[in-house]
Formats: sequence, C-alpha cells, structure tokens
Amino acid sequence: MPANPFNGFTDFGVGIGLRVPHYQHILAEKPLVSWFEIISENYMIDGGRPLHVLDQILDRYRVVQHGVSMYFGSPEPPNREHLKKLKTLVKRTQTPWLTDHLCWGSVDGTYSHDLLPMPYTFEAARHTAQKIREVRDFLEIPIAVENVSSYAEFHASEMTEWQFLTEVVELADCGILLDVNNIYVSSRNHSFNPLDYVNGVPAERVAQIHIAGHSKFEKYILDTHDHPVIDPVWKLYSRAIERAGRTATLLEWDDKIPSFEEVHNEALKANQFVAEMAVTS
Amino acid sequence: MNLLEIQHRMLDAVMQPLTNDEQMQPHTRDGRSMHDVAAEFIKPNDRLSSFERLEIYNRQYWFRVLASLDEDFRGLRAIIGPRRFEALCKAYLIECPSESFTLRNLGSRLEWWLRSHPEHLQPRAGLALDMVRLEWAEIEAFDGAAEPALVPGEVLASDPDPRFKLQPYLQLLSLHYAVDDLLVAIRKDDSDSEMASNAVSERGKRTHLRKIARQKPQAIFLVVHRVDDSIYFKRIEPEAFKFLKALREDKSLSVAVTQAFEGRDVQENKLLATVQGWFENWSSLGWFCAPNSTDQDFSSASGRQS
Repeated sequence: MPANPFNGFTDFGVGIGLRVPHYQHILAEKPLVSWFEIISENYMIDGGRPLHVLDQILDRYRVVQHGVSMYFGSPEPPNREHLKKLKTLVKRTQTPWLTDHLCWGSVDGTYSHDLLPMPYTFEAARHTAQKIREVRDFLEIPIAVENVSSYAEFHASEMTEWQFLTEVVELADCGILLDVNNIYVSSRNHSFNPLDYVNGVPAERVAQIHIAGHSKFEKYILDTHDHPVIDPVWKLYSRAIERAGRTATLLEWDDKIPSFEEVHNEALKANQFVAEMAVTS
Repeated sequence: MNLLEIQHRMLDAVMQPLTNDEQMQPHTRDGRSMHDVAAEFIKPNDRLSSFERLEIYNRQYWFRVLASLDEDFRGLRAIIGPRRFEALCKAYLIECPSESFTLRNLGSRLEWWLRSHPEHLQPRAGLALDMVRLEWAEIEAFDGAAEPALVPGEVLASDPDPRFKLQPYLQLLSLHYAVDDLLVAIRKDDSDSEMASNAVSERGKRTHLRKIARQKPQAIFLVVHRVDDSIYFKRIEPEAFKFLKALREDKSLSVAVTQAFEGRDVQENKLLATVQGWFENWSSLGWFCAPNSTDQDFSSASGRQS
C-alpha cells in the first residue's frame, strides 16, 4: 500500500533531508536521489539564497515539505499569516503531501520552538484533529502527522500514545508520518514495547516513514538526529513496512552532518529491508 | 487538569531561566516548589522524577534559543564578551520571548529592547548598538524579497520626475562606528580560530579586543545589499544616503535630489554628474526595481531605516 490518499497517491522511495552543508554537492554533482524532504520553515521567506537553491533542487528532484512549527496541539487557532506563507511555498514546491508533528509548542502566541508532548486525552485528540482539518482545508493538500520523541508523560493521559495517534488521525481523517526512531526513543524513555506501537497504528494511514539516529544518556535517550540508525530501529522499520507496505522513507540527519554520500548511503540501507519484505511476502 | 492548564503550566516552567549551573530552578516565579508543580502534571518513572523530566525540556528550550542568538549576533558577543552576552540574551528572552513561528525572528526586537536596557552594553553602548543594527540588517538582507531589476532608461523615458523603487532586501544604516569593518574582522578571527590551536584561538580573542578598543566614533552611511545571494556592505556618502532614504520613502527623483543636497552649494552640472554616477553604480548592483514590480511593504521597510 505505498500509494494512498495521505501521500497524494505517490510512490516515492528512499529520500534524505535537504540540508545546507550538502547544497554545493547536490547542485554540482546532481546525485541520483529519489526525493528530498525540506523543512518548510527554512523556505517560508521572501527571497535570497535558500529559495534560489530550492528552485534549482525543484528543477531536478521531487520535494516533500516537512514542518516544525504548525503545533497542531497548541491552543490557539492556526495563524493565518503562517498558513499563507506555507501555502505560497506549497505552490512553489508542488509537494504531494505535507507533514508536521503531533505536538504543541506555543501558548497565546509565545513560542517554545520545541516539539512538546501532548497529554493523551480525548479532549486533546478532538482539539488537535480539528486544527489538522482546518490546516488541510486551507492548504488543500493531504496532511500526515508525525509522532514525536518525548521525555515526559502526563497524569492526565487516558490512553497510550499510539491509541492517541490513532484517535487523532481518524478524527482528522489524515495520514501518519511514522517516525520509528521516535517510537524507539519514547519506548526507552517510557518503558513500553515499541513493537506494540508499530503494531497498534492504522497501517493504511501511513503516508511516510522517518528513520534517524539518537543519543543515549544515563537515564534517558534524546532524539538528536546526529548518528546512524541503530539496529533496533531498523527492526521497527522492517515491521512498519511489513504492515504498511513499501512506503516513502526519509532519513533525518540534522547535527554533526557527515558527507552527502554517508547520509545517502545510510538512508539507502532501508532498501535492504524493502527487498527482504518483497522476498518473504 | 485540562489541556490548556497543562500547556500553561508546562510552558511557564520550560521558559523559566535555568540556574547558573544550567539546572531547572527549584522554585517557580511565584515561589512554589518546582518539584511540587512538576509532580502535579508530569509522571515520574523508575529513573527520573517529574522534576527531572520537565527539566529536560527546560534545558532544551534555553540551549536552543541562546544558541540561535549566539549564531545571529557574533559581533555583539565579541564587543561585550561571551559572559555578558549570555546574560543579556537571557534578560532579553525573559522580557521578549519568541512571538514568531521561526527562530529567524528571535532577535527582531533586540535593538528596541537594548535601547531601554543600555546597562547591558556599557561602557561601549554606542558601538554595541550599531553592531546589533548591522547584524539584524544582515538577516533582513539575506532573505528579503527581490523584485525584477530596473532596466536603465525604462522610467526616465516615460516620466519627467519618476519615482524609483529600491529592492526590498536593501538595508540603509546610518551608524556612529565602523562596525562593518569590525564585523568582518571578528568573523575572520573566528574563522581562523576554528582552524587553529587553542593558543592561536586565544591570540585571536586578544586581536578582537584590540580592534574593539581602537574603535572611535565616526559617521558611517552603509547599505547592506545582496549580490548573487551573498551579503555585502557598501559605504556611501551622506548625500547618497539621504538620496536613497528619500527614494525608499517614495519621494520623486527631484525631491530626493533636493533632500540629498539640502544646504549644499553644488553646481548643477556637478550635481547631475554625481547623481548619474550613483545611478550607474547602483543599477549595476541591481538596487532598483522595475516600475511594474509588485508593491512593496514600505511601511516595514522604513521601520528598519535610520
């Protein structure tokens, strides 16, 4: 089920995040890459080098937009100016679908610039789903929400995280950007079985999958995107595509960024799991 | 506790400044125990207390916003020193937390805030304020809009007293110190230090300080502009600055010329040659927009001038 309504019925393979240290290499060498994911906010500007580079990338590659500041769970309604800028960028990139996080990060117009975890309550699910619908109606493209890494749990929660994710996406009728690294990180921080999470989400709604590395500390794990993907995360990936089918997959590497080849090769490891799935199915 | 109550409590805690050793404060702003507050809405686990779990977010917030300002205002940091710069940033962010979805705008109110808190900049307040203005102008020039450039002769052919529109990304600064040269020098030293040993890095810091100590007040009229997506500083004469400022305020050519040379006794042929020279130079840099370019937001642009 690679193509579905939540990824615009596309059939993308394995991509990587477009990052500044790789601009020169990509523009000069024009490497073969299935697609790039861009951070929307980096290009929601009026001009200059970022948009100039983006236009050159768009001439040659498929691009999907990933946001970090829509904050579907924040209390305030979607900011109209933000949405207008985002829609301008959507028209420019022709992104087939758009992703952002299932989280909150602002209150009354004050921004934390962090992906803060939701309390898993029915009230929060209804509120978040309503905002996702409003954003989708304005942008007029499919939306998929990403599960975040978290370091705290709330007394108020009434369900597991994967039950909450399911509740939200079904109420909003939107897709899921399933981040298997985030599932792993949260499973270690909150002591649950990550396979229960992967097995618990509605596979037919998975529009895209994220893979990444993280950093382990004495008492918790941080989602730092500065390492290769570890084996337990690849196992979750394998199970995710077993359930969802071959799905657009994206490696995130945002800090201590190595060469383009190293990042791309790490991402392409995902194809081994896709091939294994094809053999066994 | 409902969603909004949780969010208010969590954001209050997350945005409260860290202690000097970068831990979460033991008490809230209103004097309550932070351990008690955290325990009211965050579950502990077998490794971390509620307080410690909340502290992860508290630390992440401050590390992220301070790193953002540190990246954007390296020149200011060099002038006042890293410790005072960090204290300044914390004080600024407490009074002016982010109101934008993007960290790009985090320093947008810094100049305004510093004007009412000059104690953070003493004894070099004038120099430091000029640096803040220059560094913010760079941010604006880097990703500001660019309209199609004017083709020479396009306007003059159809209008005897035309109005010329400047590129929205162009930033006009009237300064009291040569912070353009200073910023270039600071960046060069930073760049050299990154590639050198600690001993050389220390020498680089001392070089900074010597350059800063040598700064004397002088009137500088600066245009921060963009060529092939790179930012450049261009000093111009006071008359040229007044002329560009008038154009940005949508004054006609004749009014701009009058304002530029007001109080000066300049022969007409010399005046014409001067203005023609400006146009040739600035047109080659793409500073003028084509007359049918989309309307610019001059209200916001003028707010950045001085």
